[in-house]
Amino acid sequence: MDYKSEIRKITTAEFFPAVVRMKAENWRLSQICAVSVEHGYEMSYSFCLDKEYRMVTLRLEIGEDEIVASITQIYPCAFIQENEAAELFGVKIEHIDPDYGDRLYRIDEATPFKKKE
Amino acid sequence: MAKRSIVPFGPQHPVLPEPVHLDLILEDETVVGAVPSIGFIHRGLEKLVEKRDFKQYVYIAERVCGICSCGHGLGYCEAVEQVMGIEVPDRARYLRTIWVEMSRVHSHLLWLGLLADAMGFESLYMESWRLREKILDMFDETTGGRIIHSVNCVGGVQKDMDSTMLQHILQAIDDIRGEMKPVVETFMQDYTVQSRLKGSGILTKEDATALGAAGPVLRASGISYDARRLGYAAYGDLTMEPITAAEGDSYARCKVRLKELFQSFDLIREAIGKIPDGPISVPVKGNPSGEFFMRIEQPRGEAIYYVKGSGTKYLDRFRMRTPTTSNIPALVEMLKGCQLADVPLLILTIDPCVSCTER
Repeated sequence: MDYKSEIRKITTAEFFPAVVRMKAENWRLSQICAVSVEHGYEMSYSFCLDKEYRMVTLRLEIGEDEIVASITQIYPCAFIQENEAAELFGVKIEHIDPDYGDRLYRIDEATPFKKKE
Repeated sequence: MAKRSIVPFGPQHPVLPEPVHLDLILEDETVVGAVPSIGFIHRGLEKLVEKRDFKQYVYIAERVCGICSCGHGLGYCEAVEQVMGIEVPDRARYLRTIWVEMSRVHSHLLWLGLLADAMGFESLYMESWRLREKILDMFDETTGGRIIHSVNCVGGVQKDMDSTMLQHILQAIDDIRGEMKPVVETFMQDYTVQSRLKGSGILTKEDATALGAAGPVLRASGISYDARRLGYAAYGDLTMEPITAAEGDSYARCKVRLKELFQSFDLIREAIGKIPDGPISVPVKGNPSGEFFMRIEQPRGEAIYYVKGSGTKYLDRFRMRTPTTSNIPALVEMLKGCQLADVPLLILTIDPCVSCTER
């Protein structure tokens, strides 16, 4: 069994249909990771297919002010990790359900993980 | 008509060793919804990776949590080793496996004690923690630390065990196994335990997948997924099948963990039987450049370690997705339909680790 994860780069337009397809194929959402890069963010959404132990990561590159749609309508369990990405990195994610409005973590500094100029 | 009210649960509560909060929406005494809140002790340890060199960061990863310390060190090191293409010596792979399985026993016994205590089963609580002390003593003897072991390093492990020590571990786990059997049987056959756990907090197979559950919570709903089967450390050389249950209730989650205790003993025994001689680490040259998602099976479930480096001694990003983060949405689902009095026990059946979640 190979524990390497396949990373598929996708565009914003392909993102939502790709997540819907993962759900339809019974992939389990295993993690969401935000990374601050120059001029924006890299968002990684990893999914596992438990029977085959496969892991696929959808990689979305977005600009700093670009808005990304929440996937909580498809995977309700994404709410903690999406709130975390929004609060720590400042990723603009719309329609998270529930949206903690930057109060998931009780921290003093706004977007502490965001790349500083 | 049922009266609707909201009852705050936590962040400080007798069954919660760490702070987490739930707003429980009740209709009379029945829970119909719950809104979780975390973040009371968030430490931002992932961010420190930008200020500590990738070899030093092992010490931070190990200190994310006292229970999962050895696994966090292992997950981080394996992720960096994958990025750098480092092949760890076989002896180091086996030593890592022995220590993380000892950690699993330690974690599951700690959980059993907490659950027993929450039910008022004090003798069982003391008995499980007495047995856990023996595991901690073994950690002390083999690593020099009872809680934080600092054995993993990028490229292998820092400490070895000689054959006398390995034989001592074999003897000790046989003794603990013998003492644990009646404890487990007593727990599983107890009328009160069964009446409080059977049929409560049911998580169906479909919900477990849809809600991204991990570890014993996932397996107790009938899904045969255990990241150890991926073969990291020495697991690829050892015999193991995921332990599952079909019922998906609180009792099933306990049953899976208790069976895993004995599975861990078998794995330790097999690893000690097969451990080869040789070096325990290799020199590490250069800096990590690239990225990797590493999956390992912590006692509470699958944990994911992501590292990204760009050729300097500081990593650009380290991300740790711990099993409790994955199990909170499942917990919210399990709570629906239960009685208010059952909430503390239901929370304990996911074996939450807030320290990991608030890394």
